Amino acid sequence: MARIIVVTSGKGGVGKTTTSAAIAMGLAKKGHKTAVIDFDVGLRNLDLIMGCERRVVYDFVNVINGEATLNQALIRDKNCNLLYILPASQTRDKDALSQEGVGKILDELKKDFKYIVCDSPAGIEKGAHLAMYFADDAFIVTNPEVSSVRDSDRMLGILSSKSRRAEQNEEPIREYLLLSRYSPDRVKLGEMLSVDDVQEILSLHLLGVIPESKSVLNASNSGTPVILDEKSDAGQAYADIVARYLGEDRPHRFIDEKKGLFGKLFGGK
Amino acid sequence: MSLLDYFKKSKASSASLAKERLQILVAHERSSRNQPSYLPQLQKELLEVIRKYVNVEQDAISVNFEQNDTQETLELNIVLPEHQTKIS
Repeated sequence: MARIIVVTSGKGGVGKTTTSAAIAMGLAKKGHKTAVIDFDVGLRNLDLIMGCERRVVYDFVNVINGEATLNQALIRDKNCNLLYILPASQTRDKDALSQEGVGKILDELKKDFKYIVCDSPAGIEKGAHLAMYFADDAFIVTNPEVSSVRDSDRMLGILSSKSRRAEQNEEPIREYLLLSRYSPDRVKLGEMLSVDDVQEILSLHLLGVIPESKSVLNASNSGTPVILDEKSDAGQAYADIVARYLGEDRPHRFIDEKKGLFGKLFGGK
Repeated sequence: MSLLDYFKKSKASSASLAKERLQILVAHERSSRNQPSYLPQLQKELLEVIRKYVNVEQDAISVNFEQNDTQETLELNIVLPEHQTKIS
């Protein structure tokens, strides 16, 4: 049975598209046929992060309007043949997506794919609403920072009241916390909310911590999901997250600071 | 705990301030999340009616909506001024 995952946050710039690209690639690399959909109509960027921006011919809205078939619009990833990308449209028409149209496309994708990752736009407007509406699982991407935590909590409220599962009184969406841009050093100094703090406030199941990492910008510069950079801390963090989501038991990493020689000598613990 | 930690933690950290502020805010926002949408309007109109008789402050009324499995409670709390002057 296919599962629909929404990657959401409320706040912008926290790493939704980076996360969508990474986990979609991770799931596909694990052998599951996966589609990743950009819901940010008017401001598409998933294609750029996935490195397929020059291969976009048809988009999500074309398929909804019947101007192209789903197979024409889906772009097969160059690194993994089990991964497909459905790009967003660059139209400025805010009503280009309809609940009925999105529902139909997702139903069609469900026949062929194991996982469907929906990359939500920021905010709580139509695109964000439709990205989460049909979801089975929600990945809440949060930065250890006040506005991001608050917006995440707001998204949790919306997930539990405005989603299809909520409206039809089905089993609620499974919600997972992905804490990104985490700096253990700053947490240690009392300058940043800790993973425990954020979990206490949001009371969410922690799927993983992604450390603040230079590799994320390097990955987006070259258009390769950061999870493919297996040597990088962020890449490993996403690989852990995918494995945990699939049921593997992996201890959490990247929560404590890396100790230099000085720290090893004087840090104690 | 090392000597370094001792100096680091001597003043209240900004992270603990952030946590405290968020806890209060999130609790407040969650409690208002499930409230019916007519509540602010109800509060406003109640205030207008009460003000015809008693000179109360803008924030003298609190309307709370609570929900559990079996019942919904609408709690209305009006704080009267200590020396109320009757409007004759």
